[in-house]
Amino acid sequence: MSNAKDIFLKEATTASADGPQRIFINKALGGYYANRDIQKARYRDWEKARDAASLAKWTAVNDLANTLETFVKKFEGNGGKVHWARDAAEARNIILKLIADAKAKAVVKSKCMTTEEIHLNDALEKAGYSVVESDLGEFIQQLRGEAPYHFVFPCMHVKREEISALFTKHLGTAPTNSPEELTMIARRHLRQLYVDADVGITGANFLIAETGQISITENEGNARLTAALPRVHIALSGIEKVVKNLDDLSVLLPMLATAGAGQPMTCYNTLYSGPQQPGECDGPKEFHLVLLDNARTQLLADPEQRDALHCIRCGACLNVCPIFKNIGGLAYGTTYQGPIGSVITPHLRGLEQWNHLSGASSLCGACTDACPVRIDLHHHLLHNRRNANQASPNLFDRLFHRGFNFVISRPRLFAFGGRVFRFTLPVLKKIPLPYLSAWLKTRDLPPAPAQSFREQWKESNHG
Amino acid sequence: MANAREEILGRIREALKVTAPKPHFKSESHGATHSINAKPWLPDGGETESARLELLSENLAKLKANLIRVPNAAAANQALAQISQTKNWKKVAYHSHPLVSPAAEALPCEKWEVGASLDKQKLEGCDAGVTSCEALVSQLGSILVSSESSGGRSLSILPHVHVVIATTDQVVADLETCFKQVLEKHRSKLPSMLSFITGPSRTGDIERILVLGAHGPKELYVILIG
Ligand code: SF4
Repeated sequence: MSNAKDIFLKEATTASADGPQRIFINKALGGYYANRDIQKARYRDWEKARDAASLAKWTAVNDLANTLETFVKKFEGNGGKVHWARDAAEARNIILKLIADAKAKAVVKSKCMTTEEIHLNDALEKAGYSVVESDLGEFIQQLRGEAPYHFVFPCMHVKREEISALFTKHLGTAPTNSPEELTMIARRHLRQLYVDADVGITGANFLIAETGQISITENEGNARLTAALPRVHIALSGIEKVVKNLDDLSVLLPMLATAGAGQPMTCYNTLYSGPQQPGECDGPKEFHLVLLDNARTQLLADPEQRDALHCIRCGACLNVCPIFKNIGGLAYGTTYQGPIGSVITPHLRGLEQWNHLSGASSLCGACTDACPVRIDLHHHLLHNRRNANQASPNLFDRLFHRGFNFVISRPRLFAFGGRVFRFTLPVLKKIPLPYLSAWLKTRDLPPAPAQSFREQWKESNHG
Repeated sequence: MANAREEILGRIREALKVTAPKPHFKSESHGATHSINAKPWLPDGGETESARLELLSENLAKLKANLIRVPNAAAANQALAQISQTKNWKKVAYHSHPLVSPAAEALPCEKWEVGASLDKQKLEGCDAGVTSCEALVSQLGSILVSSESSGGRSLSILPHVHVVIATTDQVVADLETCFKQVLEKHRSKLPSMLSFITGPSRTGDIERILVLGAHGPKELYVILIG
């Protein structure tokens, strides 16, 4: 049994048994549902908007080489520099070298899941740089020494008392229970750090081929400061973030905000097309973009699940997922949590090690319904299960299904088997059988009825 | 060492040899309609000027931004002076613009016109930044600023208060129209930063409770002339 799976089972079991924490998470999401519904109602046709959003991403992803090449040409024409990274290690090395070349001491970062994916902070700290996460949620998680809980709401599981204690410990501030005051503590603390930082690192939500701009979505203004004040701006982006043009963006930006956070538009949606230009009074002197593959091309090579690359990381699928709401984000042990994480992690980090996540689903389809770009999430979980089974067939499953097939296609044998099963059930419950005993650990099995369904059907005049 | 760019592009071309079916939808025809109300499935931006102005003010109010409508430039100058007084501003930064400069210069406090270069330490000490903008989007309540229209990148984000002075003819219905205008206007070269500001800076990171003024301005004022 794989290590990641064991950890997952253990963490998920503990988290789902924590009733008060589950109530806390559900309460935190309550406001999101209300706002999302208000904003969705402002769309004259949300379903058509989803069609258009999904078509925009489909068009770019299925012509990825050309779209990227157009983008890169424009981007470099605007004065930025593009670096290509095949995997996480290459991306880390590129960024480390850029920072060393800039003779930088302090680095400020705005929220970017791709930097989590390549474990950039560890590498920077090992190399002796001070790195500070400027997004409030990420800042809190950095102080806690914990990975983000949710890739849009990184510390949604942490209570204000804990944040207050954390700030008292690390920043020496007086305890307070007011979210407003806690936010102001972080604001005051981080302000001077922006001004002093030499390098700013951001992610990118979209790359626009038509204009060579990168688009960054955020609420706090920390990404804007990160891309304004330091003298070098480095952005890291997966290759799948590219879209054809600004017209597509006019659909994607509002939908990202509405699906992800129940907003009409996220507070700051900013397009950057180069370093400081002649005639401009500020901005970085250098602008670098690192384009990361890191197994995205493997997902691209699977036409059945290629649409998982359409993901705009809004987080809507997490917010509606019964599994996420019960086990929380940390149990996954992945950069990307929830349904989309369960779909793509096996592609990015290995099917064998990570296919168990695809089993952790009720297949209710809430994620697929919520996805603004119509990714067929819950079917992809089934595809992963099938692929995992084909890659290394489970002997027990195979024998069981064969046996089941044999019995169910023979009505008399089936009736006889049913009778035997009903009769022996009280005993079966007590012997440790694979699957059944795990299932029964937390569930009651009702007593077997005296008659089978078919017998009852016949007796009640239908026969 | 093999070239990473070629290798990645090679992997992509190889992967795309097998095609994925184009998504088919129940609803047909998504092509741009080029009416004033393009993309008729997104939130409405308003067909007429008065509808757009009404939507804009409604949306700004919901976003907790302050809209002040004034008849002319003189009234705009007065409105700015009023805010400055109630907020007791000591130091204000602004950028040179026909709508902005006269209003800012008349303020009874220390003023600083952001020139060819910007001292970030000094800007950090300012109470407010006053700028113009590229456009206002009624559909969403967004204000488009750029490194050209708004004094670089930091003036509209670092000070605690941001004041935008604009005219009603800068109001556009939707994002799509706004992008078209920007591309038209900056055809030769785009400003290095274009930013849609939708309400004052905010966060919900602590227990998903809304707090204004996370890192950017805590307060956003729009003084709209016309
Ligand atoms: S899969 Fe869809 S719903 Fe989930 S984060 Fe991505 S875009 Fe949002």
